[in-house]
Amino acid sequence: MTLVLTLKQEPDQRLDLSPLAPHLVEGKSAAELAAIELQTTRETRTVGDVFNVKTGEAGSIRFEGGSSRFDNLGAGLKSGEIIVEGAVGHAAGHDMSGGRLTIHGDAGPFAGTGLSGGRLEIKGSAGDFLGAPLDGEMEGVTGGLIIVRGSAGNRTGDRLRRGTIVVEGAVGDYAGSRIIAGTLIVLGSAGRLPGYLMRRGTIVLGSAATLSPTFIDCGAHNLVFAGVFARLLRADSKGAAELLDKTLRRFGGDTAVLGKGELFYPA
Amino acid sequence: MREIIKNGVRIDDTFAEAFPMRGTAIIITAPNLKWARQAATTMTGFATSVIGCGVEAGIDHEVAPENTPDGRPGVRVLLLSMSTDMLQTQLVNRAGQCVLTSPGSAVFGDLASPDRLAIGDSLRYFGDGWQISKKFLDRHFWRIPVMDGEFLCEATTGLTKKAVGGGNLLIMGTSFATTMNAAEAAIEAMHGVESAIMPFPGGIVRSGSKVGSKYAGVPASTNDAYCPTLRGVTKSILDADVGAVLEIVIDGLTESAVAEAMRVGLAAIIKLGPKDGALRVGAGNYGGKLGPFHFHLKDLLP
Repeated sequence: MTLVLTLKQEPDQRLDLSPLAPHLVEGKSAAELAAIELQTTRETRTVGDVFNVKTGEAGSIRFEGGSSRFDNLGAGLKSGEIIVEGAVGHAAGHDMSGGRLTIHGDAGPFAGTGLSGGRLEIKGSAGDFLGAPLDGEMEGVTGGLIIVRGSAGNRTGDRLRRGTIVVEGAVGDYAGSRIIAGTLIVLGSAGRLPGYLMRRGTIVLGSAATLSPTFIDCGAHNLVFAGVFARLLRADSKGAAELLDKTLRRFGGDTAVLGKGELFYPA
Repeated sequence: MREIIKNGVRIDDTFAEAFPMRGTAIIITAPNLKWARQAATTMTGFATSVIGCGVEAGIDHEVAPENTPDGRPGVRVLLLSMSTDMLQTQLVNRAGQCVLTSPGSAVFGDLASPDRLAIGDSLRYFGDGWQISKKFLDRHFWRIPVMDGEFLCEATTGLTKKAVGGGNLLIMGTSFATTMNAAEAAIEAMHGVESAIMPFPGGIVRSGSKVGSKYAGVPASTNDAYCPTLRGVTKSILDADVGAVLEIVIDGLTESAVAEAMRVGLAAIIKLGPKDGALRVGAGNYGGKLGPFHFHLKDLLP
């Protein structure tokens, strides 16, 4: 049985939902669960204030109803599954290292920040700084898989280090900025200067984009790794698989920095 | 030795004595099957016996494009050796010299195991700084720029410590031609067994050996007991009607793969019968004290 948390009404302040990860609530009684504090102001808001709780095994948590005020939802997720039938706020899946987090609505900024493993799926759209490092941190996503079925904002995948990010819609400006390595796939259009200051790593765009002049055309290729990734991604994103199976033009860059990265779009 | 007769073929009541080995499996792909086979054939050349080659290797089977990681035609190759170190060395040397060099090739691990052997993790240095690491969840690949594009190589492949080497059949017939008929029929059938290889030329060895020699420092020498030209002048085990002997040696990733290969091989030999095939089938052993795996022919009969 799944632990079900049904939203009573739109919360009157931003809430920090990080205490509701499966490994933190495991074994708690309904009363203990209801007493967990979620407030971010001086006014206390407990789980019981915000949700109707239907207890179950904490390996699987379902939120019936979401809110753009739900911050840090699924933070620190290590295993198990969280499903949100609604929207989430800031930094969903923050520092996730395993398990699955599925958000049926939109996500706010910094979704998937610090993700090092597991699978984060956003069925709506993501805000700015998808997977990007929070203030003071050195790197963004370091493993796992993020899939956004809608679009994503500016600086998508900033400072990506490892792992794979797929955005099936469009992305804003500076997608894949400063990426260190890893893979960012965008099926829709990209805004200004994708791959800006990328060091290593791979960006695949669904259509031609205006690149910084510091990206160098390396010709059109059918590379074996793209075929392998197409097969590995097919179950998660058919569109990404189809894009990777195309002949892709490779641009090496950003030569304004290390220049060992690559950006592809269909030839 | 008590004999069993099946379809006119005499089956010795004896057993093949086999040894534990370290084994691994990889898939080599290429733009077409011809070049996947070419890379695999080159990689498994000079890999008949650990005595002189360091590794015993062969093609397990072809892999259809829909079953390979990159959707191109592939070939599964098995490599077996006596130690993890030697297997590691041989795997990287052969992948580096024979597959990395082969046009259009790519290499993937094809054995699930917590114990790993490096492939791409070693070959990546050929990239001279231009190699690219790609991870997808638990899979890790290296892309190495080469003159026809990129060589893609999985970082590691699995290692099994439960591989078995030295399953064998000794096929005895009237003449070279009839004995070869039986041996070829057996090899044909054995190729259908997964995770087993017959590492000798075409799967067949004509120079079976015994341990030791009259000469100091020679570890193995001709198995004179099975040489038809020496019948009568040495302690021969050949009957008067046997004119030629050929052996098939089988290595497998598991004990059951070796047993299954011997089973289907025996069945094919027996089906062929003695007139155009084998008069008698035996197996090689060292008295049962050296190897822990004993494959008794009588247990493998159809």
